[in-house]
Amino acid sequence: MTVNEEQTTINIAPGDLLREVGALNSDGYRLVQIGCTDVGGAYEVNYSFDKGYQFRNLRLTVEPETEIPSISDIYWGAFVYENELHDLFGITVTGINIDFKGTFYRTDEKYPFSVTRRGGDRCQDV
Amino acid sequence: MPGRIVVPFGPQHPVLPEPIHIDLVLEDELVVDAVPSIGYIHRGLEQLVQKREYPEYVYVAERICGICSFMHALCYCQGIEHIMGIEVPDRSRYLRTIWSEYSRLHSHLLWLGLFADAMGFENLFMRSWQLRESVLDISEDTTGGRIIQSTCKVGGVRRDIGQDKLDEIHRGLDSFEEDCRDLGKVFLNDETVKYRLKGLGVLSKDEAYTLGSAGPTLRGSGVASDHRETGYAAYGELGYKAVVETAGDCYARCAVRVRELYSSIDIIRRAIEGMPEGPIDVKVKGAPDGEYFSRVEQPRGEVVHYLLGNGTKHLARARIRTPTFANIPALVKMLPGAQLADVPIVVLSIDPCISCTER
Repeated sequence: MTVNEEQTTINIAPGDLLREVGALNSDGYRLVQIGCTDVGGAYEVNYSFDKGYQFRNLRLTVEPETEIPSISDIYWGAFVYENELHDLFGITVTGINIDFKGTFYRTDEKYPFSVTRRGGDRCQDV
Repeated sequence: MPGRIVVPFGPQHPVLPEPIHIDLVLEDELVVDAVPSIGYIHRGLEQLVQKREYPEYVYVAERICGICSFMHALCYCQGIEHIMGIEVPDRSRYLRTIWSEYSRLHSHLLWLGLFADAMGFENLFMRSWQLRESVLDISEDTTGGRIIQSTCKVGGVRRDIGQDKLDEIHRGLDSFEEDCRDLGKVFLNDETVKYRLKGLGVLSKDEAYTLGSAGPTLRGSGVASDHRETGYAAYGELGYKAVVETAGDCYARCAVRVRELYSSIDIIRRAIEGMPEGPIDVKVKGAPDGEYFSRVEQPRGEVVHYLLGNGTKHLARARIRTPTFANIPALVKMLPGAQLADVPIVVLSIDPCISCTER
């Protein structure tokens, strides 16, 4: 039996993010994760939620310079994901409750790690 | 009011096998705030997905973590199988379940040992790891590897377990369960353990849920959520009900893990008894084209592998959200109110796995 969990993904605009996330919060969903995908010149940011094993995903597609609002006023624990978005992909998230300003990932390598930001893949071929 | 000072906890600390840093804001010896940071061993394994063909990436996935290695491979493989519409044979699902539960057993016993050590209870630490050795022996017997097993692959598993070996494992489960229950009695009933853990690092049910916590950290606060209940691998046929405690303190999180030892043994026993005959893998052709958020219940909680295929042998994206990463906000909420001397116990109570977090 292949795993066939019901998953829904809804594309939304950055301006609708807080309203949509607020609605999910009111409906009793918990935050599962926020993740980012570099799609070549733009980023897809996935906000994933769960309630009783029903998986809902909100998706923003943003340009590299687009600022997106923090959802940490609604889901307090979102700060880890939002700081990760900033440190790994260089996305500016405004209004994070605990904003590390680029020091959440204490790496020697300066942020962001994103290929799009750097203009080339520095991952070594082995 | 006493003045505030900031004490760095980690990245090197006797109770931390791996590096994480927390700035503890103290008033005298009382923690009033905690600020975590990570990244000391960031490896960039997500980006490596673009350098390895999707069947090869299983080996990378299982090296994300040196404790729950098998379950990372399982989560990844299930995700790829979903995208490609692959039905794996029944026998491979049962074998995956057995190896998953042995991984959970060795992870929980490892944690119980570390937890006892952090409390200064050396005998309990040694007994926990002694029992863990017998679990690792079975992993080595059946897969060739104690931790990194490389038995899971896209389309099924690489190795079978013969009936003689299954019978031998089954016969050994009764005495192993008895040993685990004896161990569990000390963790749950010993007065010094209770004195050290009860009422410490309390996380309420609402907080655990809204903070997005996972695994025993979530279930120790009374939230009945365990991804095995969704029925992936063979859990659908075998059935599973989440182990829950309600106090939300360090003792409750410890109790969840102790009781999960018993439930894992029960699942292994029933999986062996119900093991179907047949092949252990199917041939896989083509390349994944599509996306899926694959989820599996690891020892520390739900792990998420977001996989995006573009129809080539290389995936476009793998994003891995590990349970320890999800439990960092909960840890930040648990620490205020604790004494400095109790901080190691509270930090360990979420069973932090930093190599997972630093994938």
